[in-house]
This record gives sequence, C-alpha cells and structure tokens, in this order.
Amino acid sequence: MALDLRIVVGGEAGQGAQTIGFILAKAFARLGCHVFADQDYESRIRGGHNFFRIRVRDSHVSAVSEVIDILVALNRESLSLHCPRLGENGVAIADMNTDPELVRQYGILTVPLSDLAAEKAGNKLMANSVAIGSVMGMLGFNSEILSGVIKDHFQSSAIVENNIKAARAGYDYARQRYDRSSSYDLSSIMRIERMLLNGNESVALGAMAAGCKFLAAYPMTPSTPIIEFMAANAADFATVVIQPEDEIAAIHMAIGAAYSGVRAMTVTSGGGFSLMVEALGLSGMTETPVVIVEGQRAGPAIGLPTRTEQGDLLFAVNASHGEFPRAVFAPSCAEDGFWLTIKAFNMAEKYQIPVIVMTDHHLASSYFTAEKFDLSGVYIDRGLPLSEDEMGKLSEYKRHRITPSGISPRALPMQSHALVVTDSDEHSEAGHIIEDAETRTRMVAKRMKKLEGLRRDMAPPHVFGPKTADISLVGWGSSFGALHEAMGLLRQQGLNINLVHFTEVWPLPAQETTDLLGGDRKIYVAENNATGQFARLLNSETGLKISGTVLKYDGRPFTSQYIIDRLKGMLP
Amino acid sequence: MTVVNLQDYAGMQPAWCPGCGNFGILSALKKALVDLNIPPYNLLIVSGIGQAGKLPHYMKCNTFNSLHGRAIPVAIGAKMANQELTVIAVGGDGDGYAEGGNHWIHAMRRNHDITYMVHNNQIYALTKGQASPTSDTGFITGTTPEGSPPQINPLALAIAADAAFVARGFAGDVDHLAGLIKQAISHKGFALLDILQPCVSFNHINTYEWYSKRVYKLEEEKKYNPADKTMAFNKSIEWGDRIPIGIVYSKERPVFESTLKALRNIPLVKQPLEPGKIQKLLTDFS
Ligand SMILES: Cc1ncc(C[n+]2csc(CCOP(=O)(O)OP(=O)(O)O)c2C)c(N)n1
Ligand code: SF4
Ligand SMILES: [Mg+2]
Repeated sequence: MALDLRIVVGGEAGQGAQTIGFILAKAFARLGCHVFADQDYESRIRGGHNFFRIRVRDSHVSAVSEVIDILVALNRESLSLHCPRLGENGVAIADMNTDPELVRQYGILTVPLSDLAAEKAGNKLMANSVAIGSVMGMLGFNSEILSGVIKDHFQSSAIVENNIKAARAGYDYARQRYDRSSSYDLSSIMRIERMLLNGNESVALGAMAAGCKFLAAYPMTPSTPIIEFMAANAADFATVVIQPEDEIAAIHMAIGAAYSGVRAMTVTSGGGFSLMVEALGLSGMTETPVVIVEGQRAGPAIGLPTRTEQGDLLFAVNASHGEFPRAVFAPSCAEDGFWLTIKAFNMAEKYQIPVIVMTDHHLASSYFTAEKFDLSGVYIDRGLPLSEDEMGKLSEYKRHRITPSGISPRALPMQSHALVVTDSDEHSEAGHIIEDAETRTRMVAKRMKKLEGLRRDMAPPHVFGPKTADISLVGWGSSFGALHEAMGLLRQQGLNINLVHFTEVWPLPAQETTDLLGGDRKIYVAENNATGQFARLLNSETGLKISGTVLKYDGRPFTSQYIIDRLKGMLP
Repeated sequence: MTVVNLQDYAGMQPAWCPGCGNFGILSALKKALVDLNIPPYNLLIVSGIGQAGKLPHYMKCNTFNSLHGRAIPVAIGAKMANQELTVIAVGGDGDGYAEGGNHWIHAMRRNHDITYMVHNNQIYALTKGQASPTSDTGFITGTTPEGSPPQINPLALAIAADAAFVARGFAGDVDHLAGLIKQAISHKGFALLDILQPCVSFNHINTYEWYSKRVYKLEEEKKYNPADKTMAFNKSIEWGDRIPIGIVYSKERPVFESTLKALRNIPLVKQPLEPGKIQKLLTDFS
C-alpha cells in the first residue's frame, strides 16, 4: 500500500499551527519522504482560523487532499471545522481539557498538552512541541531525526533543550496510548537527502544562482518573502535589495540596473504587476532585460489577498500597449521554480526582453520536497556581448543594430568608450528618436524577429502517462500536483488518459503542442480561474479544439478529487 | 588624462522652437561637463518624456530616454548598478513634479547620488500647452479653462524631504546655470536643480522678460546660508516680485548607496556571477 499520510494542524492565527506543521513537514522530509505542505490563513495577524496541511508520500506529491488522517486541533473551532473531513481511520488530537462533549462526539484522542509542557519542560507555552511529539509518537517516527529538526528550528540552546523535552513527553504519551505506526509504514522510506522549501524560496535561490544582483520590489503577498530572503542574504552575495516607493519605481529601477549591466529583477503580485505594465513595454522597446516574478492571488483589485488563483495568465501575455516579444514561465513546483527562474534570466538577457515568472499563492507559500539542487547544472547565458574589436569604435556603436536574429550586440556603459544610447520613443539603430515610417517598420520587425529564436528556446510541454491517449488533461503552472494525481487515479480506474502540462507558456511552443495534442483525442483543460484562460490561449495559438474545462476560482487550490468529479461529469 | 571639449558632446540638431529656454540649459550643461572634465562615456543622462526629455538626444553620451515621469527610478537603478557612472536625470515640471512626483520625493528622502534637472516652464509643452503643477495659480489653459489650481513649490517640498542639494537656476543666465550644474553634480547625494525655462510657444505669461525682472542671485545676499534649513525654507517660499536663484539648501548626508554593504567595494556590475555560491544556503533547507 502506497504511503499517503495527511495531517492538518489547525488553530487561531498566532497559536503556532504553522510552526508545528513546519517542524513536522521538515522531519518527514529529513526522513526521506516526499512532502507537500501548505497553509491556509486569513489576511490578519491574530484570531481567525489558520491551518497547515501536510501530505507525506513515498512518491512525488504537490497537491492538497480533502481527507485528513491526523488532525491536531489547537482550538475548538479546528475540531468542528476539520473533524468532518477525517478519513476512515482518521484521528484528532487535542488538549486534555477539551469539552468532553466534543471528545465523545469526534472520538478525540486527548493529550495533556499544556500540563506535560509545564511538567516536563517547565513552560506551558511549549504545548506545541508536545503536540509535535504526540503526532510523531503515534507514528513511531525516528525520534533522533525529530530532535534534530527541533534543534535546528529553535537554535538558541535554552529553549531547544526544553522543546525537545516537551516533544519527548508528547511522544512517549502518544506512543503508549495511541500507537498507529502499523497504518503508516515509514520503515521502507529511503534516506535520500531532500530539501523542503516553498516556491518563493526556490525562486529566490534560482535568482541568486543566476547571478541576480539587483532586486527592487514593493511588498505584496504572496511574493514578499522573496524580498526578505534576498535582503537577508544581500550583503553576503553582493546584491542590492531596495524597497522603493511603489511598484512603478521598482520595475524602472530594475530596468535601470539592467541597462548598467547587472541581472535585475522585481517581484510582486497581480496588483503590483498592474502598475508595472507601462514599464514592461519600456523594457521591450529599449531592449533592456528584466525579470518579473508575478505571484498571482485571487483578483481583481485586492481580491483575496492570501489565496490562490491562476487568473493573470492572459494579462501577463498581453500586458502593456504595443507589440514586443516577451516570455512567460509558470513553474509547477518548487524545484521547477528554481530552474525556470534561472532560465528566465538567461532568456531575458539573450533576447533583451522582459520575462515574467508566474507563481501564485499556492506555489509561492507551499512547501515541497526537492532533490538537492545540483549547482553544476546551472547554466548562464548573458547573451550577445559587444566584441572587443567593436568596443574600440566609439562613434559606431549602435545599441539597436539590426541583425538577422534581431538581437543587437549589447554594450554596457563604461565598459568601453562605446556610448549606450536607447529610447522609449521609436528610435533608429543608434537609439535616437525617429518618426519616419520606414525606420519604424524596420525596428518593429527587428524586435519581433527575436520571437523566432525565443520560440525555439521554449521547452515543449511535459507529458505524463502514455504519449498518446484518448483523453488529454491539460494544465499549466502550479496546479500540476493535483492534475498529475487526478490523471493517475483515473488511469487506475481504467480511463485512457494522459497529462500534458505546460510550464513555459509564452510564446507557446505551438508546433510541439499540436504534435502532442493533435488527432481526434479529447482535450480537457483544468485551471484555477473562471474563464479558462489557458484553454483560450491554447486554442488561439494552435487551433486545437478544447472539449471542456475544469475551473476553480474560490481562492483554493485544486484537489485531485475535484478534478476527477468535474471531469467525469463531462466525459461522454 | 583626456581633456574633454564641447565638441565631444555635440549631438543631434535640436527640434526645439527657436528661442526656447531649453537651448540655454543645453549650453549650460555642456559647459559644466566640459569644465568638470567628465568624458561622455562616463556620463549617463536619463530623461523622461516632454520637451525637456529630448535633451539627451542633443548631447552625445550614454543616454536612456525613459517614460513620462520615470527618469528618476531608471537613473537610480543605473547608478546603483554602476556607481562609477555620473548620472543625471532630466525632465520637465509635469514629468518630475506630477507624473513622477512620488519617485522624486522618495529619491530625495533616500538620498541617491544623482543630479536631477527639472526644466520648469510652468506648462506642459510637448502636449501643446496644458497646466502643470507649477503653473501659476489661476493659469488658464485648454484643460483648465477656469484656472489652474494652486501651484506647488518644488523647492520647499525638496527641503521638507531633506534633499541634499536644492537649487534654482534660470535658462536665461547660462554662466550662472552652468555653475549651479557643476555644483549639483559635484555634491554627494541627491541634487535637485529646478530651472526656470521660458517656453516661447505656450507660456506667454512667464516669459524671459517676466523671469529676468524678478530673479536675483542668492550668492549676492551676504547673510544667506544655504546650510541653515529654516533660512532655506523661508527663502524657498519666496515667489512673486522677487524670485531667488542659486543654491537654496545644501547639506552633507549619507547617500543611500553608502548604506548598503553590497556597494562598499567594487561596483555591482563588476561583481562576478557565481552560481556555486548559494551552495552554503542549500543546507538550511534540508
Ligand atoms: C503616461 C503618459 N501620460 C501622458 C503622456 C503625454 N505627455 C507627454 S509629455 C507630457 C507633459 C510634458 O510636460 P513637461 O513634463 O512639463 O515637459 P515639457 O514638454 O514642458 O518640457 C505629457 C502629459 C505620456 N507621454 N505618458
Ligand atoms: S514648445 Fe516651448 S518648451 Fe517646447 S520647444 Fe517650443 S518653446 Fe521650447
Ligand atoms: Mg513643462
């Protein structure tokens, strides 16, 4: 029986559900399990209801499940909200002094969380560590690994000791009374070194690996942690991180820095990106590379600030007036976020264009396991530099020289005596303002020409399951995990289905896509929005007929069950 | 050492109207650069959009003609990436004080080491004569047939934001203006240079004559001390029969760039790209 353990930790904001969940997730990852964890929180600092979900498997997992095996309830509300979703053998853990009525109603396993904390660790506030221990005690989890994770998490030695004691107390208590280790076989897990990181961390690491030296960004959920992560490492990595007055400034600063020659980025969400769109065209027109991370959340306007959606795709593909080439990437998980961010910097510099990396709340804030990044595989392409020979000829350098590929050799200010002249007005090859029709036509054609090379550099979609099938489920970006799981379950049920998943969405690799999805199969697109944006893009770029869409726009990520139910309703 | 001369800075033929105040500013700028012996390849001019925004095309140096209102953030980004560049941002009064007002205030507050020249003609000239934030109160234009709302005072605003260097020049006095530009460039930190610039086509009130009758030089005021903030503030609000030109406020303040560890040593653009360096961070995740 494949391992699929689903744990939920619920409580009020500020009660620590996130810390408990994170430590549990990290411990499973360290054991070698595949882990996916996400948090559901409201846009408030205290109160409300928050929960942290963890899924532990022995194969790839990057989606939430509606069913719960172990619930850790830090307050009454968590019990009433989550107990109805307990699975067949599901159990809830709560403090000893929970209302006996509820204990009976839900068959709760009580643990004297605060009492044990007070007794064994001398501090009631360490009840959360007792809870951590209790879950692991039930599972007979390797207690050395658990202590190691707690140690790393709390660092300062005084609290580390006591938290470990508190966890130990919970562990022993639950192990004696509520042993469930036979239901979840953790003994066969291979000890492989895995990282546990969220989408934001992977994108930040990708940017740093790519040599991003400049980040200007204005805080906005879900992307803010990227700024904080890079700011914390800015001094060590010789990186400038600046929080400017607004997103308009942010992207212009990044463009200015890139003009001077460093790899530059800005990160934001849909609202901030809306403010940036004029500058997107500035990057396109002046052929200045820039990378923009757009962490989508449920819009429009402020929408649901702490919730997820894939509602900005067509906006990203079309944003800004006028026509110019751009690339849009949408990583499917944390590992993908790392490598695609590196590729984003390469494409931005190779083609001297803006590149948008689309995450969303689900990807940005959820934790995924990934095999340790092999940095020897990081490839850096800084594009076409000006040759030594050309650098000498000061007066002849043309920043926007017309070439067969459309890419002009790039000089940097002060790199030589060559002057770097560029303009947001339509300009000549030399970068000076023009108005004549002939130059205008040549310059538009020059810029658009870059799309040909760019299209060739876009990877085709990934196919999961058989290469050909009667039905293709199609998706893009962060919903990968749920789609992949749904496809697998439907295949087990005998359906001849595969998954065709896109992470390099624009320019859409049209020919490869048609090769993969053509013929008389049925295509169903599943995406986290209300209008089927990718389905429309797919259809307009390839002419492929879409048989139906599975949509979800309640601010919550897909589950495989949701997709299966909707899909079955549509199948002939 | 190279000796820079005016010819080095000769650019395209300006498309400004004959008699436009921008010609005086262009001459003063070139003169200042030659006097400071800054070669064109060490200089970056970032401009916004408007008549003033066209200035870099009429020069010969590194040039980034950006969007309306956005010269400052582009200039700041370029400067932070390469501190060895001398960076000047240029724009009109609409460009800088309206569309780009937020950038302007915060650039002064943070104190980036750039020079900002505002060609203040009290009008939107490129778009053919609409009111600007510095248009005289009550000024009638096509978009303000009932009169422009009260004007803002860029110098007072700059002093309030504690800009490191605040000065006003006049396009009709090229030598004096060239002197101010030199000091603005040489001053460490954000230097605002508001320049009274007659627009002969669209502003028939604030003309050469109008300005000439009113301007007087602060350096000729014996007791004036630009380091005195209160005195500077009082001077900045003087606008009417007498209009001061010269350095209104000047202060030594740490520049933003000097507060960042990443910029302590070599310019960012000369830092190597080292993908392997993140290896040490990866262990935190396992
Ligand atoms: C986003 C945007 N809004 C409006 C315009 C149109 N526009 C161009 S220049 C300008 C105002 C110019 O006035 P000012 O900045 O004072 O420059 P001047 O022409 O007077 O030198 C305007 C409104 C534009 N180019 N971009
Ligand atoms: S319209 Fe005014 S500002 Fe523009 S060039 Fe003519 S005189 Fe100068
Ligand atoms: Mg103006």
